Amino acid sequence: MDFLVETTSAGQKIVVMLIAIALFLLVMAVVLWAADKPRVPKWLTVVGFVGPAVLLITAGLIYPAVLTIITSFENTSGDLVGFDNYATIFTTPNFRTVLRNTALWVVLVPLIATGFGLMYATLVDRAFGEKFSKTLVFLPMAISMVGASIIWKFVYEFRPDQPGVEQIGLLNQLVVLIGFEPQQWLLDPPINNLFLIAVMVWIQAGFAMTILSAAIKSIPDEIIEAAKMDGVQGFSMFRYVTLPSVRPSVVVVVTTIAMATLKVFDIVRTMTGGQFNTSIVANEFYSQSFIFGRPDIGAALAVLLFILVVPIILYNIRQMRLSEEQR
Amino acid sequence: MSQAPTTPDTPGGEHHGSPTSKATPQGSDVTERKEPRKLTRKEQRAVDAKTRLTSPWASAVALVLAILWSVPTFGLFVSSFRPENAIKTEGWWTFFSNPEVTLENYDTVLFGPSTDFASAFLNTVVITLPAVFIPISLALLAAYAFAWIDFKGRGFLFVAVFSLQVVPIQIALIPLLTQYVRFGIDGSLWTLWLSHSIFALPLAIFLLHNFMMDIPRSLIEAARVDGAGHVKIFFQVLLPLLVPAIASFSIFQFLWVWNDLLVALVFASTDIRPLTLEISDLAGSRGAEWHLLSAGAFIAMVVPLLVFLGLQRFFVRGLLAGGVKG
Repeated sequence: MDFLVETTSAGQKIVVMLIAIALFLLVMAVVLWAADKPRVPKWLTVVGFVGPAVLLITAGLIYPAVLTIITSFENTSGDLVGFDNYATIFTTPNFRTVLRNTALWVVLVPLIATGFGLMYATLVDRAFGEKFSKTLVFLPMAISMVGASIIWKFVYEFRPDQPGVEQIGLLNQLVVLIGFEPQQWLLDPPINNLFLIAVMVWIQAGFAMTILSAAIKSIPDEIIEAAKMDGVQGFSMFRYVTLPSVRPSVVVVVTTIAMATLKVFDIVRTMTGGQFNTSIVANEFYSQSFIFGRPDIGAALAVLLFILVVPIILYNIRQMRLSEEQR
Repeated sequence: MSQAPTTPDTPGGEHHGSPTSKATPQGSDVTERKEPRKLTRKEQRAVDAKTRLTSPWASAVALVLAILWSVPTFGLFVSSFRPENAIKTEGWWTFFSNPEVTLENYDTVLFGPSTDFASAFLNTVVITLPAVFIPISLALLAAYAFAWIDFKGRGFLFVAVFSLQVVPIQIALIPLLTQYVRFGIDGSLWTLWLSHSIFALPLAIFLLHNFMMDIPRSLIEAARVDGAGHVKIFFQVLLPLLVPAIASFSIFQFLWVWNDLLVALVFASTDIRPLTLEISDLAGSRGAEWHLLSAGAFIAMVVPLLVFLGLQRFFVRGLLAGGVKG
């Protein structure tokens, strides 16, 4: 039965995968079969339906979360040390850089991505080739963040400015064309953070565009007609008609992107590994817990992430309710 | 997709025009029509779309922007087909004046001496499929109970499950790892399936519950009156109507798991490393080997791209329904 846990060959992997799927089909079948049996009490039916999910969530999410919170108040030997880990995060210069970078990400990515998404959604609304254009802009969301990181790492690639040496990175080629020196964009803090942030903006703008395009399309035609009859058009139309109507959706988009940005780990890890002062909280969590052997600091960082995410999501939900009422 | 027996216009997935106009016409809907028939908003918009396009300038700018947006991706794509030497010495844009196409990079990356992306590809498939199937089946069961079985504590439990979407996965990773070690399954595929399923469940239950609530109660009641038990209702009434919702969420989850890095990094042993992990490591350890990185990146990206392009409709629908993963 060893192969169930240690899968090495392709055949083993496929077999175990099929076993896993079959297992859950079985669970589903049992629950559904027992559900309608006459003498099964209602509470048992409910347990059958809700039980597996709740069990997984409790054991896999709630219980670990509690443990992590406790770990954040301990040191590596397991003794309770109060808020020491949090103090370290907020006072040590290296960690403060991490916090500063994270703040930069959380402020810039949502604003720029949403701004671009809104602008583009307005521009492309009922344009010729709308679907094609939107697909292209949305495409970065489908590829992994790792894929996007590779793409942009290539764009930022540096070759020294020597005779006989050409640039292979798009950005440096453009820079050289207008007469400047090629740069190692990811090397110098704090500007290098901006180049990493650009990747996330590139990914998330398509998401913003999609949601906001739907919002724009659901503005009642009567409102637009009335405004047009009053002589409103172009930028004024955007500012006084479109923008107020889609405001709830804009807030939802901004908050959702903000949450995604807080958790992003792939981009920094793939492009710089967190070096050159580019690390952010999600990245640092991994480094501290698994590389530097400080799961206590890692736990504190994870809890910090949690604390930062909660108010954003509450605001997000409130705005989603508002936008639903509007529809 | 089979529709429910009675109403002809129960979308079960079209999110925009949602619950306001779920008309249930008695009998046929073709005979009694006033003329001329007033167009619904959707039809009017379709008419407008054909006649009232925005200015050609806007269209042109939008197209140009879209193309510029895709240039970085295109650059890497072109590079993946160029010989190693060419990639490392000349910019990919010179390809057009001096085209040299080769599949060597893909061959090296997939089967080559130092990289084994073919295995990684299989790993990703094997990791992803159950990680899509398991949360959906469990969430369907749970969402059904939350929507259609009245039990004590239902409200509280639902809110609890729903609010767990807030929890960032980082907070659960290390204790989960410890537990997996204790049960002796650490490093195996099971850890990945369980982890991905756990993290997907709160959102899945919430989404599917939402879609289930959109289904008119009258359908369920009618089936109950006819003597149908939970199973019959589940399979004959709900499932057909939920197909778009299930499709949307499946695609979402598929892309999420296929593209995941963190969970794989924490739990996967060397035997089952997926593509994202391999490519991330390649970027770190051999960051200048662009011939490998470009081919590798596209091997990792081709399936999500195809899924996305082919099933875009469902994906977008899922997003709009609030299926936004942080």
